[in-house]
Amino acid sequence: MGFSEADIGAILLTLRLATTVTILLLLFGAPLAWWLARTSSRFKGPIGALIALPLVLPPTVLGFYLLLALGPNGPIGQFTQSLGLGTFAFSYSGLVIGSIFYSLPFVVQPLQNAFDAVGERPLEVAATLGAGPVDRFFSIALPLAKPGFFTAAVLGFAHTVGEFGVVLMIGGNIPGETRVVSVQIYDHVEALAYDQANQLALLMVVFSFLILLSVYGMQKKSHRQVLRFSQ
Amino acid sequence: MNVSNHTANQISVAINHKLSERGGRTFNLDVDLDLPAKGITAVFGESGSGKTTLLRCIAGLETSSHGEIRVRGVVWQRETDFIPCHQRRVGYVFQESSLFPHLNVKKNIAFGISRSPSQLDTEHYHEIIELMGLASLLQQYPDQLSGGERQRAAIARALIIEPDLLLMDEPLASLDMKRKQEILPYLESVHEKLDVPIIYVTHSIDEVARLADYLVVLEEGKVIANGGLKEVLSNIEHPLHLGEETGVVVEAEVRERDSEWNLIRATFEGGELWIRDGGDEIGHNIRIRILARDVSLALSEHTDTSIINRLRVEVEKIQYVVGQSMLLVSLKAGNSTIIARLSRRSAHHLNINEGMEVWAQIKGVAILR
Repeated sequence: MGFSEADIGAILLTLRLATTVTILLLLFGAPLAWWLARTSSRFKGPIGALIALPLVLPPTVLGFYLLLALGPNGPIGQFTQSLGLGTFAFSYSGLVIGSIFYSLPFVVQPLQNAFDAVGERPLEVAATLGAGPVDRFFSIALPLAKPGFFTAAVLGFAHTVGEFGVVLMIGGNIPGETRVVSVQIYDHVEALAYDQANQLALLMVVFSFLILLSVYGMQKKSHRQVLRFSQ
Repeated sequence: MNVSNHTANQISVAINHKLSERGGRTFNLDVDLDLPAKGITAVFGESGSGKTTLLRCIAGLETSSHGEIRVRGVVWQRETDFIPCHQRRVGYVFQESSLFPHLNVKKNIAFGISRSPSQLDTEHYHEIIELMGLASLLQQYPDQLSGGERQRAAIARALIIEPDLLLMDEPLASLDMKRKQEILPYLESVHEKLDVPIIYVTHSIDEVARLADYLVVLEEGKVIANGGLKEVLSNIEHPLHLGEETGVVVEAEVRERDSEWNLIRATFEGGELWIRDGGDEIGHNIRIRILARDVSLALSEHTDTSIINRLRVEVEKIQYVVGQSMLLVSLKAGNSTIIARLSRRSAHHLNINEGMEVWAQIKGVAILR
């Protein structure tokens, strides 16, 4: 017995969502992590804590507030409506926004650790050799933090693939639009289709294991902890 | 950037910088120096005296410092004008290896070249590569190099951009004795062949004696002595707390080789010395160091002693330190000054007085270079 069409649809949707979210998170997360790694601002603590919130909050809490915000009466919902875009609740776009918040710490923390590990010295050396601030970021900080980007991308991707609570709250269960693998498994179980649920669940187990294996292999090679909360 | 001619051969640094260190201790660097824009100026002091902070201020790495910095007539900092580090024509060699680990030696060196406002002179490039002995190492990555090789590459990287001023922060401190000895000749050849002024921070009086032309001594963020190397080292009124290392440096010329006894004869402004033959050729200039503890005094010339170097000198100054058993005597030998360290009892016994003519017996002389 192979995957049904609906299963494959869910898998493809999940991959599309995770890829989009990962790319967006790397783009937004890198400057944020760079700022967190180098600032001595008093906002460093509160903002760091805010970013880490999804680690400890039940996904339903996050999903609930996002639903309110994205809904027709929420601030984001009002804004998107005024632009003529309708509301993002129960849509693929809403799912992308929810996943960005949900996976943010998994991308920002490895990047922040990687930038921390680069340290001040190479940047000072680059300055004495005539490199300005932007030049230093691209020619020194980014290449030296490369292992952190790998970890951040892999974890952000995997964590988005694995989300369930947030999806249910703000995405619902629309085939081809918001029905990702985790929701599909839930549906199979509801329908007592344990064999089909098992197939998809096993796929998730193997996928997640391989992802973590690559991250831990990477850590061993670079002799340093890139994942702060994995200790 | 204004260039005025009368300061073109000078580096002036007036810095006031408060730093709060970990543990709450605040540290205040307060200096006002005019340094020659040539040769090696050593900045000497114990750790915590502010040497590194001074270099960082000059380089523009400490952005909150106040003061005025001019290098060869170009203003680097004045009141609210602060030229950022990457726009100062400065070379900086850090204490530990600071090569970029993701670039090989060649690309490390090229990093500064591609960002330099002036065109690279290929002749200069090859000169530096050869001077630092890097030709065979260009394709290597930093983790494939020894500590000494890494430091040589870092020096080349700083020199290749033809800075107006080269700053070196204890470049040998992270190396073992053998590597230090290996790198010193490279530093000497930079001094000899290139005309870039160097400010060299160190806590090793050996490195000072061997390399410096000019000496600045820092203590707790203040300049306690400042001047030509020979003058500062031979001034016993401002002791540098060198203890056993107290002594002077003199420049001499090799005149004669006595191969039977393996000695060379060298003359300096104050007379001549027989020194253990280190292979220096006749006619060469050498720098030698005479430690105060190796100099003793006699009222008449003794020939019945194992000490072969005896100089007729005049007692210039006697530095008593209350409560100590030893004292320092500075002695005029021609135009040179040497220092002797005696016990107070001997000085009293011989009735040593300023202006007196005595014989200085020199037990040991070391050739520095």
